Amino acid sequence: MTWFETLKMACLAWFEDFKADFILNFIEDNRWKYLTTGLGNTLKITLLSLLIGVVLGVIVAIVRSSHDSIAGEMRPGIGKFLLNLANGVCKLYLTVFRGTPVVVQLMIMYYIIFASSRNGVLVASLAFGINSGAYVAEIFRSGIMAIDAGQMEAGRSLGFGYVATMRHIILPQAFKNVLPALANEFITLLKETSVAGYVTVRDLTMGGNIIRSVTYSPFLPLFAVALIYLALVMFFTWLVGKLERRLRNSER
Amino acid sequence: MSDNVIIRAQEVKKHFKGGQIKALDGISTDIRKGEVVVVIGPSGSGKSTFLRCLNLLETPTGGSILFNGVDITDKKVNINIHRQKMGMVFQHFNLFPHMTILQNMTLAPVQLLKKSKAEAEEKAMALLERVGLADRANAYPSQLSGGQKQRIAIVRALCMEPEVMLFDEPTSALDPEMVGEVLEVMKDLAREGMTMVVVTHEMGFAREVGSRVLFMDGGKLVEENTPEAFFANPTNERTKLFLSKVL
Repeated sequence: MTWFETLKMACLAWFEDFKADFILNFIEDNRWKYLTTGLGNTLKITLLSLLIGVVLGVIVAIVRSSHDSIAGEMRPGIGKFLLNLANGVCKLYLTVFRGTPVVVQLMIMYYIIFASSRNGVLVASLAFGINSGAYVAEIFRSGIMAIDAGQMEAGRSLGFGYVATMRHIILPQAFKNVLPALANEFITLLKETSVAGYVTVRDLTMGGNIIRSVTYSPFLPLFAVALIYLALVMFFTWLVGKLERRLRNSER
Repeated sequence: MSDNVIIRAQEVKKHFKGGQIKALDGISTDIRKGEVVVVIGPSGSGKSTFLRCLNLLETPTGGSILFNGVDITDKKVNINIHRQKMGMVFQHFNLFPHMTILQNMTLAPVQLLKKSKAEAEEKAMALLERVGLADRANAYPSQLSGGQKQRIAIVRALCMEPEVMLFDEPTSALDPEMVGEVLEVMKDLAREGMTMVVVTHEMGFAREVGSRVLFMDGGKLVEENTPEAFFANPTNERTKLFLSKVL
């Protein structure tokens, strides 16, 4: 036998193995469905928690940056008191949710706070969303603080109130500035949801793990899971890059 | 109010650190309809602070500012309503970079005066025509020169149809060759009878179109006179010293 034939045999044998492994892990008993249902759940959790995180984060960022920029000049009164109070609550939120592991938060949510709920996807979305909000808040705060103070003054001098100036003038610019950081947070979030299995949610990782535990063949299910995450992240990175270019084009 | 007074500043004070630092130490003056009041003085004299107090971008720590007879330093007053009637132009233009020139100019009229988009755009285009920038209506601020930006900033404020225009060193951040085009727009505005308060280092502008010159130093109003008298026979020693350096 020549070396070429040896190589050919080896390749064929490997391919046969791979085929058998593939059939065992994905085709038999429709096991691929563990991955597709899992992917569906992962996407659901990611998108829902992104939504919660951004809404929460923007609110917290506005409260925090407003407090830092105007509370010092406000006249004493109910407005100043409320702003100080809101700022305190936001700071506590940031400290607690950035200071504890997301898996622990997830389990507290599922086994204690929403112990009566069996809707794991929803509870997980809430847990990841609230956690992500803390990071998004700091991203947005840095974006707001980076806007020149003259922009707020120009808005106010035209007769806009503080909130209206934020809405029409500051936030649109801040959003553009923080888009790359926000995309990064989104990618982190997508991968972070892989611990949802801790509270029995059948996400993508859990799906791969179930296949592995049935077939006792770890290689293919886990690599398939990894590949799907990678493809998702690459797709979203491309999408954000496109959005970024479009926003930037509008300025020149 | 008598004599067509639009803005009456009474003993306006701005103190920091419990009175140790007195950025403004009791400024009183009346600004009448159609007047062009030019505020000059060395840097740190408080002239910009005074101007910014007039529309409460800076909150005075004492005294009062009456705008059309209403004390706008009273915290029960909704300052936003009054600011709509006081246009302001900044040293650094402060155009909104994420909007086109036309959007910069129509945002406030549409949102605050509840004008229709078409109506606001018509007014904006007419103003752009006047300052010779109609062809830049759909450009973004980053595409304009400094002089063009400042002319846009002026007409953006004019879109709100203000009763008085406040200028905070409008030509200080410009290349020398662009100063002229901005001053020309301001002179036009003055000739049309717009009430203006201008903080500037442009003595030529003060002399040519000013109806009154205020000289400030150390947070105080040191001298106040017509431009002719002010530049020809300054009475105060500090004024004489200042003028000897800048003229």
